[in-house]
Amino acid sequence: MKIEVLGTGCAKCKTLLEVSKEAVAKKGGFHSVEKVEDIQKIMDYGVISTPGLVIDGKVVSTGKVLTVDEILAFMH
Amino acid sequence: MWKETVDYLTLDLLGLTGRINETVNFFIYDTLKIWFLLITIIFVVSYLRTHFNTEYVRAYLQGKSEFTGNVLAALFGIITPFCSCSAIPLFLGFIQARIPIGVTFSFLISSPMNNEIAIALLFGIFGWKITAIYIGFGLIVAIFGGYFIGKMNMQKYILMDVQAMEGELEEIQIKLTFKERVKEAWEYTEEIFKKIWLYVLIGVGIGALIHGYIPADFIATYAGAENPFAVPIAVIMGIPMYSNAAGVMPLVEVLTAKGMLLGTALAFMMAVTALSLPEAMILKKILHIKLIGVFFLIVGLGIIGIGYLFNFIL
Repeated sequence: MKIEVLGTGCAKCKTLLEVSKEAVAKKGGFHSVEKVEDIQKIMDYGVISTPGLVIDGKVVSTGKVLTVDEILAFMH
Repeated sequence: MWKETVDYLTLDLLGLTGRINETVNFFIYDTLKIWFLLITIIFVVSYLRTHFNTEYVRAYLQGKSEFTGNVLAALFGIITPFCSCSAIPLFLGFIQARIPIGVTFSFLISSPMNNEIAIALLFGIFGWKITAIYIGFGLIVAIFGGYFIGKMNMQKYILMDVQAMEGELEEIQIKLTFKERVKEAWEYTEEIFKKIWLYVLIGVGIGALIHGYIPADFIATYAGAENPFAVPIAVIMGIPMYSNAAGVMPLVEVLTAKGMLLGTALAFMMAVTALSLPEAMILKKILHIKLIGVFFLIVGLGIIGIGYLFNFIL
């Protein structure tokens, strides 16, 4: 799966990136985690409250930091 | 009930009397009261908020006519969360959706001004009437401030080239159950409370000292009716204090009790929340300094006007 964390560099965005990495490590297998900082790309996803989480091109959450378990639930 | 418990604690258990009793009593009672209200109100607001995210608001505002748009944007500002760190995507996202710049500013003024911490503190400290006045006049500043900015032809001062999208926005669908909403609201409440409990404690602490030891004439001379410039001075002082709203509000309570006029207090609190220096720094990346200047000037003048109006009629 391809996981993208959308954010322009606020503290919450960094936390979400760390949590996403943790979730991927816990799940195992091959998944990519990427931080998207380009404002144009973030807007292309239609997200305006950061951080946003995108899994395989689909926005699953905006404007908040998730827990590892919540991200794992989205990855199912 | 709260009052009696605290009285029992300071008078009977600690055996305090006179000024010291008054100061300590005030400190404990106010801290407990404000903490309790903060937790309750932030929880309720966070719960309601799980139904309204900013993306939803944008989709709703798209295509609304100008004045209606300003009113709706200011109203939505009450309920949606605002973090100065997402001011840029928010601003550009609104422009991209062809929402007029004035409507965008109405939202940008209202959202931080009506943040849950400020409202919870106001309610806890001054009661529902002052809270309602604050929200009501805050909305007026947001609606008309945004409206005037929109009339000033400032589009050229947006430094980033945003392609307006064609057609309608597709709504982002995020489904949550009741349990998930409650959990999310609670987590958010905890997070905010952890961030501000200490500021409240410090603010109330300084307030308690003023309450017990600084004479009322002193405050009245500098912040009361005797100083005709109290309102603009209060507004300017409020600008750098954004991050400390939690500590500043308990102080304002004591200052008003000691003779600071209510309009001055209101103007000060509005300046603390609506005119935020960190937000201006962030917006500077995408907006010309002239536009930010106009934004601060219009909102600042609006707030000063409200301050004088209240000092005059109350």
